[in-house]
Amino acid sequence: MAKRVIFYLNQFFGGIGGEDKADFAPEFRAGEAVGPAVGIAGGAGDIEVVGTIICGDNFYGQNEDEAREFIAQTIKEQNPDILVAGPAFNAGRYGFACAGACQVANENGVIPVSGMYVENPGLEHCRAFSWVAATSDAAAKMRKALPLMANLVKKLAAGEEVTPEGDSYHAQGRRECILVEERGSTRAVKMLLARLNDEEFETELPMPTFDEVEPAPAIKDLSKATIALVTTGGVVPNGNPDRLQSASAQQWNKYDISQLDELKGEYYTVHGGFDPVYCNEKADRVVPLDMLRRLEKEGKIGKVHEIFYTTTGTGTAVANSEKFGIEIGKEIADAGVDGVLLTST
Amino acid sequence: MATITTISQSVGANRIVPTVAIPYPVGNPTLSEADEEAMRYEMVERACNALATEVTESTQFE
Repeated sequence: MAKRVIFYLNQFFGGIGGEDKADFAPEFRAGEAVGPAVGIAGGAGDIEVVGTIICGDNFYGQNEDEAREFIAQTIKEQNPDILVAGPAFNAGRYGFACAGACQVANENGVIPVSGMYVENPGLEHCRAFSWVAATSDAAAKMRKALPLMANLVKKLAAGEEVTPEGDSYHAQGRRECILVEERGSTRAVKMLLARLNDEEFETELPMPTFDEVEPAPAIKDLSKATIALVTTGGVVPNGNPDRLQSASAQQWNKYDISQLDELKGEYYTVHGGFDPVYCNEKADRVVPLDMLRRLEKEGKIGKVHEIFYTTTGTGTAVANSEKFGIEIGKEIADAGVDGVLLTST
Repeated sequence: MATITTISQSVGANRIVPTVAIPYPVGNPTLSEADEEAMRYEMVERACNALATEVTESTQFE
């Protein structure tokens, strides 16, 4: 029985209009493949086109709940097997909306397929559970993108195996177990010998790229500067009143330390990744309020910032860590703080 | 301020003060209280001075 496929497009590719129509409320065109969907459906073999959802990028961005509800409702009514969103290339709002459509599809047992450029901000929101074709960054390359997406739809509909390299989609970050001829120790030694002999070799696990950040200019006058304390050591007031997690933090918290000369006795740690005994005796061993206070009293720094920020580092998702860092950083910057001491365990 | 400074580098920290140990980055329970406090004071002062030092790339302040 042919697999049922539903498409998601924005207002431009859906033929509604340009930026002026970006707040177009979602519509479902039953039985129709619109715009790029025609090219995808054409190359996807034996499938049944259920229809196309068209939604303005701004509508999605400003009414996400409503847009997602519309997609979910359409899915419930139409019962598709596969949802194809985009391709969005490098378009941020469109990519974000396609990622949302993929999420809704995934939540409702529908296979999500899309097409995005590697830098599209929407990619990270959906790649783990979707098959997102690796497209170029411009819609001018539509002719190259459509066959990639059609191929994914065709194979997924047939239940065939796909691979990121062979089928040109962004790796989902999953690890599959496979059997190979040589055992790991042999492969490792061969790789090392190749490297030592300046020969070609291919890593089995690419190392993550290091972040580079433009260094902030130095503080001109430390004696007038406000310094804030931040930690990933899970240091919280006794009783953990805001229930910070011991691992895989879902939140960060902030506390007023303006009346304290030290954390000892008032704070402890809930961090599950290191032996807490020493920190619990005196939390200043992880968050050095006592000595920062002393530097303040001596006039070597201007002021200890009244608010202290904390979260738990261990097992915390990189995405959350980035989010927390941006949120905390913004609060601290808005408060006019000059420098931060970030302690980690 | 962290013990595994390669992690600090990998997330883009530009002013890094290597610390004592994972369970007590700015502590040392093997020292006397007075010595431990002196050590922590020196480390925190070093960190604050690092904030007041121009750097062009990730730099460790030991």
